[in-house]
Amino acid sequence: MRDARAFAARMWGLAVSACLLGASLGGSVSAQAPSSGAREEVTLIRGGTILTVTRGRIENGSILIRGGKIAAVGRNIDAPPGAKVIDATGKYIMPGIIDCHSHIAIDGGVNEGTLSVTSMVRIEDVLDPTDINIYRDLAGGVTTANILHGSANAIGGLNAVIKLRWGKTASEMLFEGAMPGIKFALGENPKRSNFTPPPGTPRRYPATRLGVEYTIREAFTQARNYMLQWEEYERRKRAGENVVPPRRDLKLEPLVEILQGKRLVHAHAYRADEILMLIRLAEEFGFKIATFQHVLEGYKVARELAAHGAGASTFSDWWAYKVEAYDAIPYNGALMARKGVLVSFNSDSAELARRLNLEAAKAMKYGGLSEDEALALITINPAKQLRIDHRVGSIEVGKDADLVIYSGHPLSVYSIVEKVFIDGQLYFDREADLARRAEIQKEKEALRARERGAERRPGPRNRPPDEGTEGNAEHPLPPGPGKEVRP
Amino acid sequence: MRKRAFVLIVAFGLWPVLSLSSARAQRGEIYAITNARIVPITGPVIERGTVVIRDGKIAAVGRNVSIPAGARVINAQGMWVYPGFIDSGTTIGLTEIGQVPATVDVNEIGDFNPQLKAIVAVNPASELIPVARVNGITTVLTTPRGGILSGQAALINLDGWTWEEMLVKAPIGIYFNFPTIAAGRFFDPETFQPRERSFEEARRQREERLQRVRRLLDDARAYAKAKRAAEAGVPEGNAANARDRQPFLINPVLEALVPVVEGTLPLIVAANDDRDIKAAVEFAEEQKVKIIISGGLEAPKVARLLKEKNIPVLLGPVLSLPRNEDDPYDSTFTAAKQLYEAGVKFAFLTNDASNVRNLPYHAAMAVAFGLPRDEALRALTISPAEIFGVADRLGSIEVGKMANLVVWDGDPLEIRSQVRYLFINGRLVSLETRHTQLYERYRNRP
Repeated sequence: MRDARAFAARMWGLAVSACLLGASLGGSVSAQAPSSGAREEVTLIRGGTILTVTRGRIENGSILIRGGKIAAVGRNIDAPPGAKVIDATGKYIMPGIIDCHSHIAIDGGVNEGTLSVTSMVRIEDVLDPTDINIYRDLAGGVTTANILHGSANAIGGLNAVIKLRWGKTASEMLFEGAMPGIKFALGENPKRSNFTPPPGTPRRYPATRLGVEYTIREAFTQARNYMLQWEEYERRKRAGENVVPPRRDLKLEPLVEILQGKRLVHAHAYRADEILMLIRLAEEFGFKIATFQHVLEGYKVARELAAHGAGASTFSDWWAYKVEAYDAIPYNGALMARKGVLVSFNSDSAELARRLNLEAAKAMKYGGLSEDEALALITINPAKQLRIDHRVGSIEVGKDADLVIYSGHPLSVYSIVEKVFIDGQLYFDREADLARRAEIQKEKEALRARERGAERRPGPRNRPPDEGTEGNAEHPLPPGPGKEVRP
Repeated sequence: MRKRAFVLIVAFGLWPVLSLSSARAQRGEIYAITNARIVPITGPVIERGTVVIRDGKIAAVGRNVSIPAGARVINAQGMWVYPGFIDSGTTIGLTEIGQVPATVDVNEIGDFNPQLKAIVAVNPASELIPVARVNGITTVLTTPRGGILSGQAALINLDGWTWEEMLVKAPIGIYFNFPTIAAGRFFDPETFQPRERSFEEARRQREERLQRVRRLLDDARAYAKAKRAAEAGVPEGNAANARDRQPFLINPVLEALVPVVEGTLPLIVAANDDRDIKAAVEFAEEQKVKIIISGGLEAPKVARLLKEKNIPVLLGPVLSLPRNEDDPYDSTFTAAKQLYEAGVKFAFLTNDASNVRNLPYHAAMAVAFGLPRDEALRALTISPAEIFGVADRLGSIEVGKMANLVVWDGDPLEIRSQVRYLFINGRLVSLETRHTQLYERYRNRP
């Protein structure tokens, strides 16, 4: 029943992808140097307004794509022989949107909420490449997403940065070479403030912000001891001693990587006090917080954030859904940016991710950022925060050809996404999507008829899970970050 | 750079310039907004026009309007005047912080509460109200949401010292969470375990709930009949002896349903699935009650039926995910266009409280996906006014209507546009909010 619908959806998405990928044999285009002998695909996008983000705009410009990379950008580029030419006259082209906080493509729950420290679990193990929200977000111009655990624990699991290569396998979606990271969380969610444990079960430690600080401190104390044990073991082994290695600890190993600067910390935080707390704790242990996520009171400690060098990945304007979001203001992003913090706008929602370009425009409305500063919030800035800016986030020669063609200026509400390229491949094409609808409808009807024949009654529906933070299950109000605390 | 400074002056510097404050801008004040492009909604755009506001109402509007003596003049050169927008479904005034039950008065205990009045719990001092209105939303429908029959929705202006001053009209209708066939996996709060509900079980559950609503409406009809009989002084039954006549006893729950069963007050039916909308229309036919659909994200699939029965839709939130995994990716974005093409009357809602301010962007997305812009503007103004029966007072810029006016520096559907002046009920309202106060405070942190 569910399968029939899901199957139809999958087939639709796959069919669209297949039709887009044409005869690319379904193999992923390696974003590394193309293997010798493979015929390099060459595409020229011609005649659009190019918003490079890092180097201003080029009116009536062209972008040459070779082997999945941007080979040339400029005014007058001729199509090499055999190149596929796409006419973008009157359209706008910008770098693919990077969503620094997403929970799409996760099979099962996003929280391993049983313990307060779950650094042993990995998103990579549960990526679902068939989640329809991948296609929906792709259709909103998102090409790269930071897939994170929820915020039920002070130290959550290991993240996965993916490219939205719809139609590919889970492992093919992983962003090759992206720096690994981990989710932390502070405040109400790890305290379980808005969560009622099942009757008869004890409350989980911690239940205060003090306890959250201690939980993280304790974990890093253990990690440091563990690291010293291994260093001692290596030292003695090198000296020729016959030593037994320490017992491996999969919970502590990622924390050691943080201490060694090899893993990025993405910390869910709301209140100014807890932001400052984690900055000071990290400094004490000698590492940096890569990004504070949500960071709704970041504007109150913008100076400290900038001095520490932490990025801030926030919402444009969500507020008041819980106490720690009551001082959130839509000026947050602009204000932090003005004080020297590297700021991005994220979605935390499969729905919001479809229109992050419009969220960026809110930073112009509230706080007066320029056009380029606003576009940077969803492109180059999150790329820098994820340490993938050498590959994505702007339209520059040598970078991955992750591009979005809009019908008009991406900061205008009237513009819509028409085409999305990842690694130079067309992964979303509105025209193709529209053209296939009648056929898909027919296929759906046929499946329904078969189903009715078998069952003689209409079937239940698949529904997106209720993500409301208010309202009731049947009539949720729009999703908010509160969904992260759902059991 | 220069532009940014300008914007900030606009946002924070105009009050001293005009030396006006809410306190001084009383109902007695006369205003003239001049040199503006006026968008009346119900008529053509007026270039370089003037709107005169007196006694809370629009006293004059047009190109050659003389400015009354003593009027405060606002030169709106290069700006636009629109009617205030109406959000056709919110919980504003009934909720402050979603996850703090003490501040939430939305879901009462029990399935049937048609007697509950949203208006009496609207908190005029809610910090959410200024935040919503400074983006041009001047009027909202606010509704209880709990149980099956949740209570009476109220149409309120987003300004006033008390809820009485905010009230435009109540009740607008009784909010009705239409029982849905909720089959499949769900989280059972009783056992704290996910559990599977079979389609059969879900259908039975829906039928059982609907049956209870039918019985309640039957009771209300009997009650209404008895009440009319009592009012007419006709003894009930065959006891013709006046001495046997019992005093008529009021039942507040059934009392609230009398206008519903008499067809003068609609049920505001919360339903998104085409299957539920269709069932709701059949239910309304069978029960001879008036309905308005609220939500209606799949209403396009039953648009012909809605058109035929003349049932309006309070559509939204447009900015939602498609309802089904196999829907087109833009199904919620195109819903408004499809309703428009089918001739169904509709308005927009956010179903929100803290982000009601984003109402224009729900409409804008519908425009991006094919709804004519003028129709989107109607669905934010005159259409909801018509649906709620207040089109004689609200929803357009016409002489005699309530002066809910917003002066914008650009297209109100575009995110970058700013509100420059805001009038609710003829009062010039401050653009200050909790957000601007915090911004000012922390912007100046050394």
